[in-house]
Amino acid sequence: MPSVMINKTEAGGLTLYVPKKDLEEMIVSMEHEGPDRWGGELTLADGSRYYLEPMDAAPRLPITLRVKRL
Amino acid sequence: MCAMKREEAEALIQEVLEVYPEKARKDRAKHLAVSDPNVEQAKKCIVSNRKSVPGVMTIRGCAYAGSKGVVWGPIKDMVHISHGPVGCGQYSRAGRRNYYTGHTGINAFGTMNFTSDFQEKDIVFGGDKKLEKLIDEIQTLFPLHKGISIQSECPVGLIGDDIESVSKKKAKELDKPVVPLRCEGFRGVSQSLGHHIANDAIRDWVLPNRDDDASFESTPYDVALTGDYNIGGDAWASRILLEEMGLRVVAQWSGDGTISELELAPKAKVNLLHCYRSMNYLARHMEEKYGIPWMEYNFFGPTKIAESLRKIAALFDEKIQEGAERVIARYTPEMNAIIEKYRPRLEGKKVMLYVGGLRPRHVVGAYEDLGMEVVGAGYEFAHNDDYDRTIKDLGEGTLLYDDVTGYELEEFVKRVRPDLVGSGIKEKYIFQKMGIPFRQMHSWDYSGPYHGYDGFAIFARDMDMTLNNPCWDKLQAPWKKAAEATKAA
Repeated sequence: MPSVMINKTEAGGLTLYVPKKDLEEMIVSMEHEGPDRWGGELTLADGSRYYLEPMDAAPRLPITLRVKRL
Repeated sequence: MCAMKREEAEALIQEVLEVYPEKARKDRAKHLAVSDPNVEQAKKCIVSNRKSVPGVMTIRGCAYAGSKGVVWGPIKDMVHISHGPVGCGQYSRAGRRNYYTGHTGINAFGTMNFTSDFQEKDIVFGGDKKLEKLIDEIQTLFPLHKGISIQSECPVGLIGDDIESVSKKKAKELDKPVVPLRCEGFRGVSQSLGHHIANDAIRDWVLPNRDDDASFESTPYDVALTGDYNIGGDAWASRILLEEMGLRVVAQWSGDGTISELELAPKAKVNLLHCYRSMNYLARHMEEKYGIPWMEYNFFGPTKIAESLRKIAALFDEKIQEGAERVIARYTPEMNAIIEKYRPRLEGKKVMLYVGGLRPRHVVGAYEDLGMEVVGAGYEFAHNDDYDRTIKDLGEGTLLYDDVTGYELEEFVKRVRPDLVGSGIKEKYIFQKMGIPFRQMHSWDYSGPYHGYDGFAIFARDMDMTLNNPCWDKLQAPWKKAAEATKAA
């Protein structure tokens, strides 16, 4: 369960930053992106996948969360 | 330009790697690459932030160097205790030339060395009591200090002292911040972890101090200047440009900085980040917790400075944007005169760099302004994201070397024969004896500042002074020269 930071890029995409691994990658897909449900399964540009417990509302970014590696 | 072709550079890397035993060769091969601007992510071509191979001469520092030497050391009104044996503090004392104003020993302590000087009995019975006594002594002798940081050296972690509890107790007694740092040298692979530990300590022990204090009167133009350690006055040369364009610098992190400025940074509107490697953790944290955006900038060389000033101004209103244009217009004639003077003397010269956190990419622009070309670049302790940023700035076919060993760097320089090498003191005399002009790019070779417009003037002069120094063709004894001439005839 790594602690990660999700942030918005200038272009509008989302990035995932894992401080421990020093990995910063674009999020290419997210299961729930709607305003009333946010999170779920994430796929990064390098192909790795993470699971983020879905939230009821889109949070203010950047935000530090715990995710599960799939 | 006479940069090497891609195949040549790759062949050179293979040749250099040949002397290693197979396992080491495989490991080192991942750290050497030829830059390709088309690669989007550096991790596809180079591996970084890994443990050095045992037995090679690495040029890296330790976590203590990253925390005490880089991030905390320049904070001038705090006492930084090198907790452990005497050497770490003594040999790093004042070596980085972080300039500051103030009266040393009265209200500023930057160039002083405070150490608990561990002896055998402290290792056997623990050093916490000694640390308490030391803090009491500091309070008596230097009552004007604004806080204390405890920088652990290796033994503290090995014997398991509880410096956190001492810190809490003493902070209460003195009513001043006392910050414990677990930056023992054996942690991590390089000084980079020391930066991270130092950043985390600022986050946990310093930043929240004024969270409930709204007495600071802020303006819409407040910025924090972070990641500038005022080496040779760098931060001052940067700060005047920001102030001239109408911004108010409320905090300088941490060159010529104070603990109060550290606490004020969350009240700024934007964090301007010069050294990404050593302060990005805090910039990210402040963005999350306080909603302060951060931006990287580059104040080396007029082209990059103008670019950065405009980028900074774009975050503010028209008044600042106009201010930025005014600053650029004011300095442009001066800069053109400098380029006109030095460019003909430096045009086409090749440079190889091997430095730390940001310089191998940030100074590329400054060299290009002088008509010089960077043909090799490498970092001691960079991570992937640093190389991501670097490959964009470098041309095709540039040698990239991560955590280069003494042997590799020497071989590269022997074969590439650059006109100038920029690295640190440990490399300086090797290359000078090989007859290659050398500049220390960590401490600016006791010169500086190099940041900002004022810095560029000094940078250009220094490069010319080094490269065109008449000593370089006097390295061979006259009789040997004569013998060679007759042989040739």
